[in-house]
Amino acid sequence: MSRVEHAWANPEHLWRNPEPKSSYDVVVVGGGLHGLATAFYLARNHGLTNIAVVERGWLGNGNAVRNTTVVRSNYLRDESMALYEHALRLWPGLSAELDHEVLFDPRGVLNLAHGRHDALTLKRQLAANQAAGIDAEWLEPADLASFCPILNLSPEIRYPVVGAALQRRGGIARHDAVVFAFARAADRLGVDLLQGCEVTGFDIVDNRVRGVVTTRGRIGAGRVGLVGAGRSKLLAAMAGFDLPIQPSPLQALVSEVLDQVLDTVVMSGAVHVYISQAHKGELVMGAGRDPYTSYAQRGSFHILEWQLQAVLELFPILSRAHLLRTWGGIVDVAPDASPIIGATPIGDLFVNCGWGTGGFKATPGSGWVFADTLATGAPHPLVVPFSLDRFETGALIDEHGSAAVAH
Amino acid sequence: MLLIPCPWCGPREEHEFRYGGEAVPAPAADNDDRELARRLFVRSAPAGPMRERWYHVHGCRRWFPLVRDTTTHELTAPPEARP
Repeated sequence: MSRVEHAWANPEHLWRNPEPKSSYDVVVVGGGLHGLATAFYLARNHGLTNIAVVERGWLGNGNAVRNTTVVRSNYLRDESMALYEHALRLWPGLSAELDHEVLFDPRGVLNLAHGRHDALTLKRQLAANQAAGIDAEWLEPADLASFCPILNLSPEIRYPVVGAALQRRGGIARHDAVVFAFARAADRLGVDLLQGCEVTGFDIVDNRVRGVVTTRGRIGAGRVGLVGAGRSKLLAAMAGFDLPIQPSPLQALVSEVLDQVLDTVVMSGAVHVYISQAHKGELVMGAGRDPYTSYAQRGSFHILEWQLQAVLELFPILSRAHLLRTWGGIVDVAPDASPIIGATPIGDLFVNCGWGTGGFKATPGSGWVFADTLATGAPHPLVVPFSLDRFETGALIDEHGSAAVAH
Repeated sequence: MLLIPCPWCGPREEHEFRYGGEAVPAPAADNDDRELARRLFVRSAPAGPMRERWYHVHGCRRWFPLVRDTTTHELTAPPEARP
């Protein structure tokens, strides 16, 4: 057994662990959620099965299982709403499509307002959502008392809750199951999932990519898709171009297993909380982003402390809950907090990155549109506005206000 | 929590500071769109030692450079940071 097989021995039977072929029609770099979904939809939607996913670690590692599993589509800009709503609509059918339960649970996502300006901002977003056909409702504190009984609605707290926007179709899913589901389904369609296979260089001839150099040898490729999340910038540098991406740590934490007390997702941009309760019973919480550039997959302790201060003011019932684990992942944030998807300066080399602090929700949609982009060689209509050249044209898609994490 | 060696105040806890990131040339009036995009949006973000700026906002309120390894968070003060 290789080191990689040992590391994740339990679900090994869900997919083959093949030896790399000498070449593939498409090589997807990065075996996280978006990379696996890309490979699956290349096979499922485009009939391409001579495909490899190359992953430096193992499947079910990295951000794929470090996120806080929130799914929603209530962004502000038309381009983002179209992209995230397309993804959200794929979630309810995903378990059946992949023949593997992913526990998608549309239990609603609340965005709390803590003052007049907060409320105005959220209501503007809510109006934009409704105009685009995305479900969004406003809850007054009285409605919140019944919708989320453990929420502290006292006017005496430092930042009293004055209302909330609710997207009922949003919710959570089980992230490791999503990894297994996409990996298994892609494998069944003939996709080679190559673990322990780190890209160390690109074979580029006449400004076109012809293959990737890996720790398991050179692998030829008709087209290459980079889905490297926090390491996208390093991959781009290897291929000889720049990405306007800032990699930095984002931390999350879970409590011990508790009785069910929270049956929705609660987010607050102002005091910085996002919290939900997993089906098994752990409270899953996301902290803020550390400000500095990093690849270290850990952040500073005071960031966790700030997060828990806010959680305890909003949910005093949790004051005696024990934390079980904390961890950090590296998020790839673009200057406008929107993803970068499409062509690169290198021919046949495409990129899908910049999902930053909120990529989990987009997993099926991101895979769908990037598979289409790789199969046709031209950007899917939904990703045209998300091209790399928007930083030169100035057509930015500013979503800092709709991202759950303050940037 | 990083323990940051302020050249004027000595080692202080990270939350006294504001992160300034990498210093790059300021945008200039005669930059074309590509150069302007590069100066506004692109930073090097190497995996390894990186020269960056910090601001001691809750201390001496001075900017200073540091070299920090982005894979280990190890900090070293470059000679020119010393008072």
